[in-house]
Amino acid sequence: MYNSIVLVKQVPDTANISGTVMKDDGTVNRSKLPAIFNHEDKVALELALQLKDKFGGKVTAITMGPPRATDVLRECLFMGADEVYLVTDRKFAGADTLATSFVLSEAIKKIGDFDFIFAGRQAIDGDTAQVGPQTAEKLDLPQISYVEQVIDLKEKSVTIKKKIDGGHEILKAKLPVLLTVIKEAANPRPFSAKKVMAFKGAKSLTELEAMTEGNSLLYIDKLVHEFQSRNLFIKTLTSDDLKLDLEKCGIKGSPTKVYKIESVILAGGNQTKIENSKKGISQLVDKLMEDRIFG
Amino acid sequence: MTENLNQIWVFIEQSNNKPSDVSLELLSKGRKLADKTKGSLVAIIIGENVKAIAVESFKYGVNETVIVQHPSLKFYRTIPYSRILIDLVKKFEPRIFLFGATIIGRDIAPRVASATKSGLTADCTDLQIADVTYLNRKHDNLLLQIRPAFGGNIIATIITPETQTQMATVREGVMEKHFVEKPFPEKITEVNFTPQEIDEAVEIIEQFLEESKVNLKAAPIIVAGGYGLSNKENFKLIYELARTLGGEVAGSRAAVDAGFVPSERQVGQTGITVRPKLYIAVGISGAIQHRAGMQDANKIIAINTDPDAPIFQVAHYGIVGDATDVIPKLIDAYKNKLK
Repeated sequence: MYNSIVLVKQVPDTANISGTVMKDDGTVNRSKLPAIFNHEDKVALELALQLKDKFGGKVTAITMGPPRATDVLRECLFMGADEVYLVTDRKFAGADTLATSFVLSEAIKKIGDFDFIFAGRQAIDGDTAQVGPQTAEKLDLPQISYVEQVIDLKEKSVTIKKKIDGGHEILKAKLPVLLTVIKEAANPRPFSAKKVMAFKGAKSLTELEAMTEGNSLLYIDKLVHEFQSRNLFIKTLTSDDLKLDLEKCGIKGSPTKVYKIESVILAGGNQTKIENSKKGISQLVDKLMEDRIFG
Repeated sequence: MTENLNQIWVFIEQSNNKPSDVSLELLSKGRKLADKTKGSLVAIIIGENVKAIAVESFKYGVNETVIVQHPSLKFYRTIPYSRILIDLVKKFEPRIFLFGATIIGRDIAPRVASATKSGLTADCTDLQIADVTYLNRKHDNLLLQIRPAFGGNIIATIITPETQTQMATVREGVMEKHFVEKPFPEKITEVNFTPQEIDEAVEIIEQFLEESKVNLKAAPIIVAGGYGLSNKENFKLIYELARTLGGEVAGSRAAVDAGFVPSERQVGQTGITVRPKLYIAVGISGAIQHRAGMQDANKIIAINTDPDAPIFQVAHYGIVGDATDVIPKLIDAYKNKLK
C-alpha cells in the first residue's frame, strides 16, 4: 500500500494558439484561451493511479487555483482519484512559485500520510518547473525531477529512471519522495465512463453557493450535507483552514514581481519574395554566394 | 571568501570535470553585469576534483572562485549540492545568483530559492541591470530578468526588488562566452564539505550519457523541417539539402513529435537556440516557440505552401511553394553554380 498526493493545475492552453484568440494587433488574447488540465500533471496522476492499481493505497489530488479550477479536480475523479482538494482563497491570488509552494506544502502537511508526491515537471502557462522542487524543499523531502519511469518499488524504496542533460540516470530513493514527471513517463488513461457518471455532479463549496443564489428554497448547509452524504462534495481548503501566515501567501509572499510585459508582435520584416521557379531560385543562390552565406 | 554584499555568483555545472557551455556563457554575462553594478563576479564549483575548472574560470573574468570538493560530490545530486549552495547563500548573501536553465539548474535553483526565500525567475533569455522605480520606491542596480512567458506569446520582465539575492536560470546559447583580455589574479577559496545522512536519501545506480554527435549550435548552415513535410519520406529532402549545402538538419517541435527527426535536433523554445549564418525553414509555420530558437540567424529562408505562415515575417527570403517542388530546384541551382 502506497499513498500518493498529486499536484495538478488548470492552465490556459498556450500550446494551441489558433486564429480565433489572436487580436488584430498580432498579440494573443489570453482570456480567450481555453482552460485545460496541464498535461504533465495528468501524467503524474496516471503514475500515481498505476501504483495504486498495482500495490493498493490512496490517491489524493490537490490543486491551488481559483474556484473554476474545480473542473480539473472533477477530471481527476473521472480518472480514478480517491479524494480531491481545492486549495483556494482570494489571498492566494498573484502568487509566484515561492508563495504557491508555501501554500501547497501547508496543504500537504494538513492532508498528510503519503509515500509519494507526484507533480508534472512544469505547467505550460509559466514553464518554470519550480513549484515541485520548492514544495519538496519546504517539506524537507528529497526530490527527483524529470522522471521518465518508475522502474521498481520495494518496501520503502523506489527505483526511478530520470532524464539528465545528455542522457539518463537510474536513481534509488527512500520514501517519502517528491517526483516531477515528464510526458514520456505514462499515457494518461481516459476517463472511466462509470466514474464520469458517478462524479459529474461533484461540487465544491463555491459551486454550491452559486446554486443557492437566487433560490430561497436552498440552504447552503443542507446542500453541503447532502452532497457530502452522496460523496459528491469537493473539499475546499482556505487560508483560514490552513492557518496560514498571510505574509507568505499570494502577491505578498511573492518575491518576484512582473515589472513589464510586452506582447510579442508578429511584425512584417523586410522579406524578399523569391519566385518559385528555376530562375528565381537560381538568382537566390547567386545572391547567397555573393554574400558569402554559402561556402 | 571576501564579505561583500554586491557579489554576482554563477553556479558552474560540470560533468566529468568539464564545465558546461551555459555556465561559461553565464560567466561572460556575469562579468558585464558586475562591471555595471561595480560588484565582483564569483564562480561556484562543486565536484570531486574541480581545481582545473576553477583555474579556467578566471579566463572568463571572475574575481574569485569558490570550490567545494569531495568524492561523494562527483556526480550531481539534489540534496548535497543544494545543501551546499543554501549554506553559502545564507552566509554570504550574494546580490545575484545565476544558473543555467538545464535539467540540473532547474532542479537545484528552486530548492536554493525556496530555502533562502529568494526570488527566482526561470529560463531567462536576457539579463540587464537598471535603476527601477517600483511601487514608488527607487531601487538601484536591480536585475531585470527577461523571459518569454505564456508559451512564448509574451516577453515578461521580472524583478525581485525586496530580496537580497536575485536568482535566475538562463537558457543555454542565448549569451555569448568569451575570454577577457586581462584576467584577474587567481583567487580560489576552498570550502569544506561534511557528508550527512540525508545526502544518501537518493543514490545514483547508473548513468547513461549519450554522446551527442549533433552540434547544431556550431553549424553555420541549418536546414530545418516542420510538420508541413507531411511524412518521413519527404523529410529525407531536408537531409539531402543539408548534405548538399554542408549543413546540419534540424526540426520544429511538431516534426520531432511526429517522429520525422530526433529530439536532439529540435530548435525552439523547448529545444536548442541557434544563430547560424543561414537557416532554411521548410514546412515550418513559424509558431513563436520555434522562432524563439532561430530568429537571430544571420539569414533566414522560409519555404512554405501557406503565404500567410508567420515564418515569412521573420524570413529574409520567402518562397511560397511545396518542399517537394522547391528543394530539388534549390539543390539543382546550387550544384550548377559549383560546376
